[in-house]
Amino acid sequence: MEIKILGTGCSNCKNLEKATREAVAELNLDANVVKEEDIVKIMGYGVMRTPALVVDEKVLLYGRVPSVKEIKELLTK
Amino acid sequence: MSDNSLSFSFTRNSKYLLLLLIPAWFLLYHNLQGLTDKLVFDIFIMPRGKHLTEAIRFFIFEVPKVLMLLTLIIFFVGIIRTYFSPERTRKALEGKSLFTGNVMAASLGIVTPFCSCSAIPLFLGFIESGIPLGVTFSFLIAAPMINEVAIVLLFGLFGWKTALIYVVTGLIIAITAGWVIGRLHLEKWVEPWVYQLKAGEHPEDKRLTFHKRIKMGFEAVKEIVGKVWIYVIIGIAVGAGVHGYVPQDFMASFMGKSAWYSVPLSVLIGIPLYSNAAGIIPIVSALIEKGAALGTSLAFMMSVIGLSLPEMIILRKVLKLPLIFTFIGVVGTGIIIVGFLFNYIF
Repeated sequence: MEIKILGTGCSNCKNLEKATREAVAELNLDANVVKEEDIVKIMGYGVMRTPALVVDEKVLLYGRVPSVKEIKELLTK
Repeated sequence: MSDNSLSFSFTRNSKYLLLLLIPAWFLLYHNLQGLTDKLVFDIFIMPRGKHLTEAIRFFIFEVPKVLMLLTLIIFFVGIIRTYFSPERTRKALEGKSLFTGNVMAASLGIVTPFCSCSAIPLFLGFIESGIPLGVTFSFLIAAPMINEVAIVLLFGLFGWKTALIYVVTGLIIAITAGWVIGRLHLEKWVEPWVYQLKAGEHPEDKRLTFHKRIKMGFEAVKEIVGKVWIYVIIGIAVGAGVHGYVPQDFMASFMGKSAWYSVPLSVLIGIPLYSNAAGIIPIVSALIEKGAALGTSLAFMMSVIGLSLPEMIILRKVLKLPLIFTFIGVVGTGIIIVGFLFNYIF
């Protein structure tokens, strides 16, 4: 599983990365979490509000930082 | 704020909880002054009329009042905002003519969820879908300047008239400044790569249930009140100090009506001074009481809240310096005119 956190480095982006890593660890997923800070690539996903959570090139969530519980639900779907 | 933290864990029963919490809110809010006086005079047994007593009384009354107002309003604004998004706003603005576009962009700027950290993707998203530069600017000026935190604080500390004046003049500035920037045709000062950008298909929005919207209202309270409460307390503490200790008419000489230069000077000082509405408004409210003119104070608040250095630095990624200076110049001039106008009227 390829997980990307889209964001230009604001505090919310860091919070989303942290929460996602926690969710991945708790679910024991075999996933690669990377941060995408290049604005041109971020725009490529059609996102206008950061941070965003992208799993296997699909935007699952954007514009807010969800709870670890919500991320876990999103990742197991 | 203990009732808030409680409610977060019970969001599943949020509907019933709301029925209980809202009357409790009104009951407490309306008895706040009486409770404060009881605490200060009967329990602390502080002498009436002393500077320290007045300062403490002001602080004990204003902090819960403002925090309660913030909690309630942000909760409802949080729900209203679930019906808006930058994506929908963009769609609404597509193909609008310059002036209509400016009016709509500024108005939508108030209700569309916006965080200055998202200023760049939002700017790119607007420009990429063909929305004119001037219209985009109207949005970028209104969105941070006219925010719910500022409105609540103005309402709580100044009254509804000042809050309304702030919103209306803020809108006029955003509309006019955006229109002027549009007429100047400054596209050449946007970084060239911006116009080559191809954005991807926007992910489709899921329809939200009403239950989910209420939950997002609670989340907005947790996020925004959780962030600004400390500024509210510090701002009101400084305001209480001013309220109790600074002599009457102390501000009149340098922020009063007679000192005409104070308006442009306030705007200039306000640009690098970065604070949010929650920190600055309580202090300004105390300064007005001590003789600062309304127009000058209004100009100072708008400059601090609406023209922020960090946002300029973020925007530098997509705008060349001359455009950033034009932006500051046009908005600054608008704020100065508003300042003079209100000093003249009141």
